Amino acid sequence: MSVAWTDTVKDIAGGKLHVSRAGSGAPVLVLHHDIGTPDRLPFYDLLAERFDVIVPHHPGWGKSERPQWLRHPRDIAAIHSWLLAELGLPGASLIGLGFGGWIAAEMASQSPTAYHRLVLVGAMGLKPPEGDIADQSIVSYIDYPKAGFHDEAAFNRVYGDVTTDQLEGWDIAREMSFRTAWKPYMYSQTLPHLLGGVRTPALLIWGDDDRIVPVSAGHAYARAFHDAMLTTIPACGHFAEMEKPDVVAKLAADFMSRN
Amino acid sequence: MHLMYFTEQPMAAYDAKAGLDYGATALTFSNSHYDPVAGSRLYNEYMEEYVLAEECGADGIMLNEHHNAPFCMQARTNMFASILAAITNRVKIVILGNPLPLTENPVQLAEELAMIDMISKGRLVSGFVRGGGQEQLANGVNPAFNRERFIEAHDLIQKTWTQPGPFRWEGTHYQQRVVNPWALPLQQPYPRVWIPGVLSRETVIWTAQQRYPYIALNTSIEATKTIHETYDKAAADVGYTAGPENFGYLIRVHVQDTEERALENARQFMWMQGEFTGLAHPVWANPSGYFSPSGRRGFVEFAVGRSKNPRGNPTFEEQVADTMIIAGTPDQVIERLKYLVRETRPGIMGIWGNDGTVSKEDRRRCIQLLCGEVMPAVKAYGAELGLKDPWEANAPVHLRYSTDIPQQRAAAE
Repeated sequence: MSVAWTDTVKDIAGGKLHVSRAGSGAPVLVLHHDIGTPDRLPFYDLLAERFDVIVPHHPGWGKSERPQWLRHPRDIAAIHSWLLAELGLPGASLIGLGFGGWIAAEMASQSPTAYHRLVLVGAMGLKPPEGDIADQSIVSYIDYPKAGFHDEAAFNRVYGDVTTDQLEGWDIAREMSFRTAWKPYMYSQTLPHLLGGVRTPALLIWGDDDRIVPVSAGHAYARAFHDAMLTTIPACGHFAEMEKPDVVAKLAADFMSRN
Repeated sequence: MHLMYFTEQPMAAYDAKAGLDYGATALTFSNSHYDPVAGSRLYNEYMEEYVLAEECGADGIMLNEHHNAPFCMQARTNMFASILAAITNRVKIVILGNPLPLTENPVQLAEELAMIDMISKGRLVSGFVRGGGQEQLANGVNPAFNRERFIEAHDLIQKTWTQPGPFRWEGTHYQQRVVNPWALPLQQPYPRVWIPGVLSRETVIWTAQQRYPYIALNTSIEATKTIHETYDKAAADVGYTAGPENFGYLIRVHVQDTEERALENARQFMWMQGEFTGLAHPVWANPSGYFSPSGRRGFVEFAVGRSKNPRGNPTFEEQVADTMIIAGTPDQVIERLKYLVRETRPGIMGIWGNDGTVSKEDRRRCIQLLCGEVMPAVKAYGAELGLKDPWEANAPVHLRYSTDIPQQRAAAE
């Protein structure tokens, strides 16, 4: 089934935010990874079959303007909260992918009862009790995304022969990651203390071969939230929604459909 | 002309094969290959060689710093500058430079430099650099704010040196409650600042806007001329005409009594250019956000191996033919340097004399010939061409102290 997507631009916090939207039903805000996102993904289409799906590009990533003042994922969280207010969508669910998972967790910590469901996939944001979040600054533009797939064939399926436009997009995404999450790298020292108040039920999804964010961070999230469950996907890496779109979409959709 | 001696202070005493096997000799190449016994010996030898350079007639000693790599042993340029302040008497101590973005406390850097200036009795030239990409990664400093930090740290240091404290600094990257260091430079209004560089057009323009000399680091003659054009235009835009006192040039030169020995040793200049060290991943040298966005597309293709290094990878023979490396007897070297000086017309010249694993005896002989015979001949030739250094030209330390620009003179008065 083909899904009709519309792209719009929203003026948020003095900058233009690129927003893609498709489907109908309960609203779901999807927050992408540190490497940005392809415009369309099977995962997004699968969600749009059952939900009103909103996929913004983070400020400074992809087609969204860079706010020079942006310094922290918490700032990005505030911008996406503003977007939801602008769209008039109270009670949306949040799906946060990797770095986007950190942003979703920040949004939930600021508004403990505002969201319907929270789905975090391989989320950054907490210091893993065991292992470290992989440092993209010392590896090539292609090696880093590849490290996020269990099976290289899945990487090739999504990115093919990586275009120069894509390489540029990854360089810009990397620069934005540095501008917002350089030190400490990809986690917050205060977030773990703020998650206990969140009343939104949370589903934590981890690829069992996530070489970017150790699954110990998933367990830390599970402990920090009031109401959370962790599930792992076999033979799957960090970019789970690209490697196993059917599995992640079904887990997320079923969880978000519960009353 | 100001002629100064330079060496990277190579830490050549490591297992070169280990570097080749690992595939990199920077940033993540393990310091388990570092030998502190050899390090101690080399530091002391380099110190003695600086003293020798002064004794033989050099005008200045140029210093720099790098991190996590065997090609340069200086991890903090202010340390050797401090030592030279005490053990030398005449030479200018030319720091090229302190990597400003690496500091979290520019005021302390201003204090250290003021101390060096006072201890050396006013011999400090305080150059500043952005620092290479690897330096940011080795020090955990955000490469995406490199240029902003460079400029803000410079402005804070300049204010610290020129405006009586206490004052408060509330900047973007630096906030200081009470700026009031009880150490100020001996030289007034403040020590000369020179800015070295290789590639960045933005840095050339900023340097010209400050009226600081720009020191081109072993760039090709063509690239050097382009740098001068960019500088000249930016200088004209702020109201002055740039001269030789605004330009410096660093060139690799090795001299021995015989051409054969000189060429053999000069091959060591290749050691940090990838033949057996200097190997590194492109994204280390150029982390995201460090470089100008205008170069992004070309760089990403190079970084994944789809295009050649825009700076090329010339062989030793090609570099000798192109006057990127000069080697020979004093007479041979003087002729080549005269050609270079004629073509690039610098008021300041750094001579990078020794690199890699040149023996102690040959290093010292090179310094004797360079500083005793080559430098005086080049200096005399520069005088014939009217190439004045900043002191000879009585150049202002900064644009704001210009007396040949009406609005600057009015502001100063």
